[in-house]
Amino acid sequence: MYRSERERWEIRIDKEADIVAVRQRVREIAKEHRFDQFAVAALTTAASELSRNVWVHAQKGIALISVLRNGNKVGVELEFVDHGPGIADLNRALAGGFSTSHSLGLGLSGTKRLVDEFSIDTEPGRGTKIVIRKWKKEF
Amino acid sequence: MPSGPIPILKLGSTLLATIHIDLHDTVVDSFQNDVLEEIERTGSDGLIIDISALETVDIYVARMLANTGKMAKLMGAETVIVGMRPAVAATLVRMGYLMEGINTALSLEEGLEFHTRRSKMSDGMGDA
Repeated sequence: MYRSERERWEIRIDKEADIVAVRQRVREIAKEHRFDQFAVAALTTAASELSRNVWVHAQKGIALISVLRNGNKVGVELEFVDHGPGIADLNRALAGGFSTSHSLGLGLSGTKRLVDEFSIDTEPGRGTKIVIRKWKKEF
Repeated sequence: MPSGPIPILKLGSTLLATIHIDLHDTVVDSFQNDVLEEIERTGSDGLIIDISALETVDIYVARMLANTGKMAKLMGAETVIVGMRPAVAATLVRMGYLMEGINTALSLEEGLEFHTRRSKMSDGMGDA
């Protein structure tokens, strides 16, 4: 599996409007690579949930969008990094239906169900890094 | 009149709000207030929110739409959300958000019919 440097975008998140910027960029990239409408909606919604988490909980961070290739397979990877408060009770946050503010909880657990790969690295007081991947379905 | 970017039109006793742009959270919040104020100002008893142009509805927006419907109901107006795209419906259910207690219809036409039927029913009850 590799990432092309030409197909890598970084968007800074430090205002509310950046949530829209991230999801629009993700939508464009997913459509450009001919993901079906369900996969486009899944990726775009995941991008929206995760960039909102950065904005609401850390106020600033970055979103990295990459196109992945693995043989004939094409995927999109989204990485969100912030140096905010981190998530104290990760198991509870991933169980869903719980929220410390706004829509975290269903946001994280729901996002996990929309993608093929989901990894989270968080430490209270240090920040959070979330990486998700979705691969295009081959027919 | 609402000053936000989402147009709200009056059709008889029904208000029609068409969401045609990718929503910022602050727009979402002001839309909710605008629409409730318009219900009061116009004395409407029905609301249709057309989301057929929306390619992405995340949980924040979905919750706002559902809550707007609940608030309108408290005021005495019934809400129908129309035109949800297949991928939007699939995404929300996969995430575990079911938007329970909200009326939906496939299209604007069906949403209008819903309100027509509803007002006929309440007229009928008035005759009895």
